[in-house]
Amino acid sequence: MACNASSCQSNCHRSDEQVQEEEVDSSTNSITGNDNKNQNVCAKCKFNESISGCGGEDGRFCADCFRGNLYGKFRLAVTSNAMICPTDNVLVAFSGGPSSRVALQFVHEMQDKSQKNFEANRDRSLPVFGVGVAFIDESAFFPAPCLEIDKVIQDIRLIVSGLGPPRKELHVVPIENIYSSNSINGRDRLKILLDAVSDATGKEDLLLHLRMLSLQKIASEKGFNRLVLGSCTSRIACHVISATVKGQGYSMPADIQHVDARWEIPVVLPLRDCLAQELYRLCHLDGLKTVELHKGPHSGINGLVSSFVTLLQEENPSRECTIVRTAGKLTPFHFNRIPEKNDSNITLATQRRQKRYNLKPNESISSVTFCPICNSPLNQSDLLRWSKLGNFQTSSDSFDAACCSSCRFQILPKDSSLMEHFSKGLPLPMVARAKQSSYSNLCLLR
Amino acid sequence: MEGADSKPVKVRGRQCCICDKRRAALKRPKTLEQICRECFYEVFEEEIHQVIVQNQLFKPGERIAIGASGGKDSTVLAYVLSELNRRHNYGLDLFLLSVDEGITGYRDDSLETVKRNEIQYRLPLKIVSYKDLYGWTMDEIVKMIGLKNNCTFCGVFRRQALDRGAALLKVDKLATGHNADDIAETVLLNILRGDIARLSRCTSIVTGEDGPIPRCKPFKYTYEKEIVMYAYFKRLDYFSTECIYSPNAYRGFAREFIKDLERMRPRAILDIIQSGEDFRISTSTKMPEQGTCERCGYISSQKWCKACVLLEGLNRGLPKLGIGRSRGLNNDHTKGAKESNGTKSFESKQCGTLDF
Repeated sequence: MACNASSCQSNCHRSDEQVQEEEVDSSTNSITGNDNKNQNVCAKCKFNESISGCGGEDGRFCADCFRGNLYGKFRLAVTSNAMICPTDNVLVAFSGGPSSRVALQFVHEMQDKSQKNFEANRDRSLPVFGVGVAFIDESAFFPAPCLEIDKVIQDIRLIVSGLGPPRKELHVVPIENIYSSNSINGRDRLKILLDAVSDATGKEDLLLHLRMLSLQKIASEKGFNRLVLGSCTSRIACHVISATVKGQGYSMPADIQHVDARWEIPVVLPLRDCLAQELYRLCHLDGLKTVELHKGPHSGINGLVSSFVTLLQEENPSRECTIVRTAGKLTPFHFNRIPEKNDSNITLATQRRQKRYNLKPNESISSVTFCPICNSPLNQSDLLRWSKLGNFQTSSDSFDAACCSSCRFQILPKDSSLMEHFSKGLPLPMVARAKQSSYSNLCLLR
Repeated sequence: MEGADSKPVKVRGRQCCICDKRRAALKRPKTLEQICRECFYEVFEEEIHQVIVQNQLFKPGERIAIGASGGKDSTVLAYVLSELNRRHNYGLDLFLLSVDEGITGYRDDSLETVKRNEIQYRLPLKIVSYKDLYGWTMDEIVKMIGLKNNCTFCGVFRRQALDRGAALLKVDKLATGHNADDIAETVLLNILRGDIARLSRCTSIVTGEDGPIPRCKPFKYTYEKEIVMYAYFKRLDYFSTECIYSPNAYRGFAREFIKDLERMRPRAILDIIQSGEDFRISTSTKMPEQGTCERCGYISSQKWCKACVLLEGLNRGLPKLGIGRSRGLNNDHTKGAKESNGTKSFESKQCGTLDF
């Protein structure tokens, strides 16, 4: 209901009467849900039989209306946040799970519709955006039998090739590719880096950061200008609690918006308003094949948070939405929007199609310093640490000072010899980021 | 409030890592250091002293009421504030302030504990009761409405009773025993319930500065386990039975999670508080405006304060007035969420400002 309500409000600004009517109908049906005497009929179209199985909100719609509702949320997120333009080249991060599988499917459907419009249109004014797919092989982190990895990659190739035209390039890349050198040396350096981190949660978070570096590298090298993640409401709710628990309350709003442009390639989350349960159900209904990799038990704080949120969601089906909506009211950062591109090449037709009404006014952009490991914006208390360090005795000290307090606690090694191993194992972008922080902060001190 | 659920383990053959002389008597929950009893007293009290000084909670000559329920938090708070007041010459006049909810078999026993504290610590005690202020005891309220929702009445009445008692004592400030675990739990609960207004202020160490009597929380950074240990080693007299009318379900979820977190990473509690302090609330978010109740003059964002609304319901024989799901299916409505959250929902309000 909460999701429908927000959608309805947004749609009120649009001139599309049909969509508006549909949303109004949906809201109305939600309000009068308890009065619906036809228990087996779809609450929306009143024609088809509703999805059987467990009750709750999902079960009120038929399969077509259910998937239409989800696709509507996806499309609304894309258009109202200017996530994908006709001239864009989009890379979809695909892990094999239900969320990224739906993201891949919806991006494909949107591209397919654009292609048909392009071919049907006489003047050919709107080009069709390009789509690529990326899968990160993380077997260096979670050793698994080679046969299993090959099977997974083969399945993913089949999924991508089965999507139909336009053709989508699949990039299967091992995570150790974040190092410029060859694969063997990269894997060794990754092992050194990993062994230096003793905290289980720190290891998990470090993997997340390295994965993003890997995706950014693929996108940058292959000419993509957008990175699509399949993060859904449930995943973001867990991240909200996790970040709060780790003391990252200042930077957490940066991670949960629809758009995150602090990276070279802006990251977009078009499924941000969809629940994991809904996406799982859609995969089941549409026969979307997913692949599962066993990554071992989650023994750290992230696993504990995940169990906690799952428990709460079972008790109250609106809980995850409430968590994300609460965090959504925190102030976002200036990079949580697609950067304005003053490009005269964009045709008038394209500008007319873009509806940027949801973008918040541009606040005063202050210079933001980022943690070299997690790329989170640092707040005042983190920056104050610089002034206390009069002179940097070693490069390790300056790197330590450049990190946020959460990474310093759970990722950076305490032991000095382990710290040396860690420094050697660091990928180049993190080292460069630390030097950038060092330079800009020294300027601030003067 | 919880009693001493686990006795500290004495590790033989290990020295205190602070003084390196005496034998270690406990593992400190906040830092997991092995320290002796004397050093534990010292770091415990010194940290609280630093919190008081750095946040300028008190000024010389001020009259301070300590909210005293007889439980471990308020008992340790009364003891420690007395000690620090004497040792560091704060120059404060300290009082004990208790609320008698009228719960037979529970509150009368805990108040006996506070009366003993009054004698032991030589602090004057003032007791205000629901019966005197509102004409109803909790026993009578529960008889009228049953166990469900009774915490709504108790929470609303208690916070107002504390303010009225503080006004009677003519104190300048009211100190409560909310500890770090309580505040971390409140941050989480406000995220879970979607309460953005309360989220922006539930980590403040002083609240209600714009009201008649500010409240402060000297134990904001003090762990609950350490309070229990301190009370145990000092052999302080406190009452530890849970309220007999209080359902535990919702509070249990968040509380259990906090305990699991602390076990896994002790500093997570301080990290949650840090996050709560670092949250930047958008100024465009609507915040409730404060005014005064037309009927009793208490602070309220509505025409009538919550206590008067509930009291009117009781007096007219319509106890559901002011409670409930007036908006039907809207489960996300803040008010509805409050009702279903049981005790902690209203205990959380004690960390907030004086508005309903």
